[in-house]
Amino acid sequence: MLAVLFENFLKRKVLAVQEFTHLLAGSFERAFSPPHYVIDTLVQMDIIGFGSLPIVLLTGFFTGAVLALQTYRTLSTFGEVGLLGEVVALSIVRELGPVLTALMVAGRNSSGIASEIGSMLVSEQVDAMRALGTDPLRKLVLPRLFATLLTLPLLTILSDFFGMMGGYLVSSSTVRLSGEEYWVRAYQALTIQDVTQGMLKPFFFGVTIAAVGCYFGLHTTGGTAGVGRSTTQSVVAASVAILVLDFFITKFLIAIRFF
Amino acid sequence: MALSLSPTPGPARSHEPAIEVSHVGISFEDKLVLLDVSFQVGRGETLVLLGVTGSGKSVLLKLLLGLLKPDSGRILIEGQDLVPLSENELSLVRRRMGIVFQEGALFDSLSVYENVAYRLREERERDEENIESRVREVLRFVELEDAIDKMPAELSGGMRRRVSVARAIISNPLIMFYDSPTAGLDPVTAHAINVLIAKLRDTQGVSSIVVTHRLQDAFVLSNYVFSPEKQGLVAGRTDGRSGRIDPTRFLVLRDGKVYFHGTREEFVLAQDTYLRKFLI
Repeated sequence: MLAVLFENFLKRKVLAVQEFTHLLAGSFERAFSPPHYVIDTLVQMDIIGFGSLPIVLLTGFFTGAVLALQTYRTLSTFGEVGLLGEVVALSIVRELGPVLTALMVAGRNSSGIASEIGSMLVSEQVDAMRALGTDPLRKLVLPRLFATLLTLPLLTILSDFFGMMGGYLVSSSTVRLSGEEYWVRAYQALTIQDVTQGMLKPFFFGVTIAAVGCYFGLHTTGGTAGVGRSTTQSVVAASVAILVLDFFITKFLIAIRFF
Repeated sequence: MALSLSPTPGPARSHEPAIEVSHVGISFEDKLVLLDVSFQVGRGETLVLLGVTGSGKSVLLKLLLGLLKPDSGRILIEGQDLVPLSENELSLVRRRMGIVFQEGALFDSLSVYENVAYRLREERERDEENIESRVREVLRFVELEDAIDKMPAELSGGMRRRVSVARAIISNPLIMFYDSPTAGLDPVTAHAINVLIAKLRDTQGVSSIVVTHRLQDAFVLSNYVFSPEKQGLVAGRTDGRSGRIDPTRFLVLRDGKVYFHGTREEFVLAQDTYLRKFLI
């Protein structure tokens, strides 16, 4: 009995992976042939990109600020508070900026995508769309994929900048570090590899956020209660996937001696 | 008013039935939904699909639209088998079909105008003047031209169904599917929807399948025809020699199988206990 339940559980998980892969592959395949829904993509860029701006900037700013506060305590033990700019810049640009931005965008948009598409599915709007000759992968999935893919790196850049600004404000107000010392250290510490690494991750995270939201939206069952379930599942799955992906991307970059 | 444009011509020969379903079966996981379902719908005919909840009516409609693929059997629309077609090929076939979903399934984020114009835009119609005139024409047909700028949330249940009909007929389909079009509506609004179905059938020659739980709707469609002169329903049409013409057939699904398929008279006179439950 237990073995059968376990077997069914595994089958469902394998099927989910297969369907997720199918959705991703089908979407990318369609990206290279018309019709393209450019207006829908721009609307999604506004919703996902511009709409996420306030939370991303606030998160970035306070992450940098608290990082400076915590690091200052440790660095002051060794009399090296001058390294504050370096530590904040490296932590933010390599890891915290991309990951926290992606987590914020996932929390706001994976759930939004899943609930919007899920509601359309349970009210038969997706079926109506297909009946009217529209491919839902082109109309619903691709614009969201492109929008997240294009806006997440831009959001990450802004989040990184606001993070370093937060670090600077704490450094100048608490430690009385001069602006020149903070920014010159930060600038000199960052290499092209650090920036590339930090800018590479959002592309993977962006695809993950949109694809997970669309997958759960398009696999909603059980009416409005099912929409709620899909929304929750999409945020959890996207957040976990971002953290797991971050580990493997970093591991891969170390393995190929990227930095 | 009658639509000025004639239905989109299909590739099939005129003597072929509009819809031919042959030994169709489908199951979801271990649950058998339809088994060995076969029937035909002639051109200009109406098939009334009856059955209790869960008998497979809505699944059958989705199969006929190519939204689902059957596990077995063939589905021919105007002589063309849907089963082996890809999603792109199905899109072309679907241009000859329209569907009215149970709750209308209007796109919430689009106005009535944009909902109705949706199909034209998908077919890459760029002339906005032409789009607007077509949209107004079909909205006049369903007597909702005044609601052109409203959002779906501002419409009543009956208005939503009528907009859904307008959206479905804008490309002049040869075949219409109605999934419980009068469910949950008051009798007056339900009658207005029935008039619309008869109007499309009798003025445009559209073949249709109507899924319904309300037998009175089925009998209205069977007993009455739409009169363009009176702009309403009149008692059934006749021709001089053979008497009354009834283009309506009844099909009852039970546990995923065809339980009954026949004319109104055969249905009404049937002594079968299960069929009598629909009539009482």
